[in-house]
Amino acid sequence: MDRWLTRNAPAIVLFVALVGAWQVAVSAFGMREYILPSPLVVLRALGGSEIPWAGHLWITTLEIVGAFVLAGVVGVALGIAIAWSPVLAKALVPFLVFVNTLPKVAVAPLFLLWLGYGVVPNMLIGALIGFFPVVINTAVGLTQVDEEMLDLGRVFNAPKWRVFAKIRIPNAYPYILSALKVTATAAVVGAIVGEFVASQKGLGYVIITTQGSMNTPVAFAALVWISVIGLAVYGAVVLAARWIAPWAETSE
Amino acid sequence: MSDLIVLDRVGMVYTTASGSVEALREISLGVGAGEFAALVGPSGCGKSTLLRIIAGLRPATSGAVAVAGRPVDGPLHAVGMVFQVPVLLKWRRVLDNVLLPAELAGLDSRRHEHRARELLRLVGLDGFADKYPRELSGGMQQRAALCRALLLDPPLLLMDEPFGALDAMTRDELNLELLRVWGEGNQRRKTIVFVTHSIPEAVFLADRVVVLTPRPGRVASIVPVSLPRPRTVASRASGDFGALTLQIHESLTRAQPPGR
Repeated sequence: MDRWLTRNAPAIVLFVALVGAWQVAVSAFGMREYILPSPLVVLRALGGSEIPWAGHLWITTLEIVGAFVLAGVVGVALGIAIAWSPVLAKALVPFLVFVNTLPKVAVAPLFLLWLGYGVVPNMLIGALIGFFPVVINTAVGLTQVDEEMLDLGRVFNAPKWRVFAKIRIPNAYPYILSALKVTATAAVVGAIVGEFVASQKGLGYVIITTQGSMNTPVAFAALVWISVIGLAVYGAVVLAARWIAPWAETSE
Repeated sequence: MSDLIVLDRVGMVYTTASGSVEALREISLGVGAGEFAALVGPSGCGKSTLLRIIAGLRPATSGAVAVAGRPVDGPLHAVGMVFQVPVLLKWRRVLDNVLLPAELAGLDSRRHEHRARELLRLVGLDGFADKYPRELSGGMQQRAALCRALLLDPPLLLMDEPFGALDAMTRDELNLELLRVWGEGNQRRKTIVFVTHSIPEAVFLADRVVVLTPRPGRVASIVPVSLPRPRTVASRASGDFGALTLQIHESLTRAQPPGR
């Protein structure tokens, strides 16, 4: 804990200073609450009973985690397919690049049209935004293997799947994990966008409703909750990376 | 005399976008069972390519290769390989890296653990079985790579400048260690083809030194090394050692036109 504190002291000092300046500025300039609420007001809204936070938090967390898992699983599977077979690579890559060039946010209304309100379409939007880097990094990690290492596989007559299992897939772990960090943030964007477009629950829905009621402190509180979920997912990936691939150089 | 490796007018021509490059031309050579043969030559003369051709990892474009009486038309399966870089898997501990050949070959690696530990002990790595490669120095990593090559006790060892990236002292140390592991004096010792660009290293280790010319690589001369075995640090100080080194040096210079 002490070491954690020393390591993160600069960030903590800056954070406290910024929040302090915000608090001072709001009272010094007499800011109206619906324009910019002070940190203390936001804090009160965060714990307030005015909004049933638990329910909204649960829905949005579910969407974000679902989107993240879906993007991870589909992304890794497609990456393996591309690295496994040149024919599959030729078939899939142009299609994936095309999907990636679509502005995914613009697809959100279609998803809602097809799948209706609810958790699933928002998960899909998040997954759609987040899966591409996983595919690319998986494929790259599987192919960036020393030629000499592959020679060893040939010399020992190892079948292709065994070379994947013993050499290529472990080699790809750090690549996949660094893509998942990007996916963690993309999943948050997707879930919130989906909720903006159409929903009756979730933190994105809470933010939309405050527009009408000018309840800006609640919008800020929702933002805080969203970043808490985002940080938690991101932190989980960082921890997983340390556990799964402690031998890789960490780049956070 | 029966040769384990027979190269018969082996040639290699690479075709690239900008034309074709002849890497090797008409290499004919026999390496006897239990012999330690060193290949020396200037950089780019195709020494490493020749090693890969012997291993069956790359087909020659002309000529024929036979190992143990059988033509080589695919990767050999009873061969140990050591490369210039250790290429250890960084996510595996040293012991698991040494056991990799067993796993790749689909064998039960637990059955080879005893042998792996014995090899590590032989090269002085007994305390490092549970370390990760990055915790080892370059010389120690290359020792581990040597253990990996020896795990399944292959009769043939192909080494591609294995100590080229190490400092001179570590290199000398590993040369002695290699001879010890190879088993000088042992009747059933392995056949080794050892690529190097260091003439003293070739003379110190080998029974015969094969000198290759610059590209396209051809056999310039074959120099038998009659220094007594087991060889020691003192072998380097002998007059014969100096004379052989000079002879090979001259052969290389003759093969290499001046101004290069």
